[in-house]
Amino acid sequence: MSASTVVFAILLGLAAGVLAGMFGVGGGILFVPTLVALGLGQLEAQGTSLLAILPTVLAGTWNQRRYGNLRMRTAIVVGVSSIVGVEFGARIVTELPEATLRKLFALLLFGVAVQLVWRTRRRRPRYPDPP
Amino acid sequence: MRLVAIGLAAGVFSAFFGVGGGIVVVPLLVLVVGFSEREATATSLAAIVITATAGVLIFSLRGEVDLGYAALVGLPAAVGALAGTAWQQRVRESMLTYGFAALLTVIGVVLLTT
Repeated sequence: MSASTVVFAILLGLAAGVLAGMFGVGGGILFVPTLVALGLGQLEAQGTSLLAILPTVLAGTWNQRRYGNLRMRTAIVVGVSSIVGVEFGARIVTELPEATLRKLFALLLFGVAVQLVWRTRRRRPRYPDPP
Repeated sequence: MRLVAIGLAAGVFSAFFGVGGGIVVVPLLVLVVGFSEREATATSLAAIVITATAGVLIFSLRGEVDLGYAALVGLPAAVGALAGTAWQQRVRESMLTYGFAALLTVIGVVLLTT
């Protein structure tokens, strides 16, 4: 791996972390394409992305807890029920060809982009910024 | 029950796309449960800790996890997440959201064309 590749990976990791903290996501949206660009297969990129997500969300959770935004009970219920979904999803995903996964992932990104813009445009200032 | 349904959907998304599932959790917590944006994003991050742990265990059983690459992008991302959550407390989200949506579109196009 060349030095510029390492710098590229670190910068994208940093960017993924900022997005994760800002938007409450894991950062996999950036991790997966970054890891694919680094030469991993789609499935290996997705498994590795999940591991990279862990330090990211742990750091973000720790900070948000200090700010008093975290609702721990809700997080535990959502998180624990997601395990069933993960098992189910992982079983299907290993059966699918990688090209199909890439296309589905691209469609997911378009869908999220549209949804983000839609939510922001219709958002009323219900929750004013704290002083 | 609503929370369980949100968790199930997030888990399937997570395993399918190697993401945390926050894309599903944040809007559902806002729209269905009535959380504020900041509460939803904070709670989503904590839920992802559990989701991603389960995902890592399952994917590593199938040999699809690379520790070195995960550290290469994940450790800088932990630093980024500290900055992101700190900025989130005082930044207006609308412009950043548009930027994020544009970024997703670009990545999607790259994925479809390569």
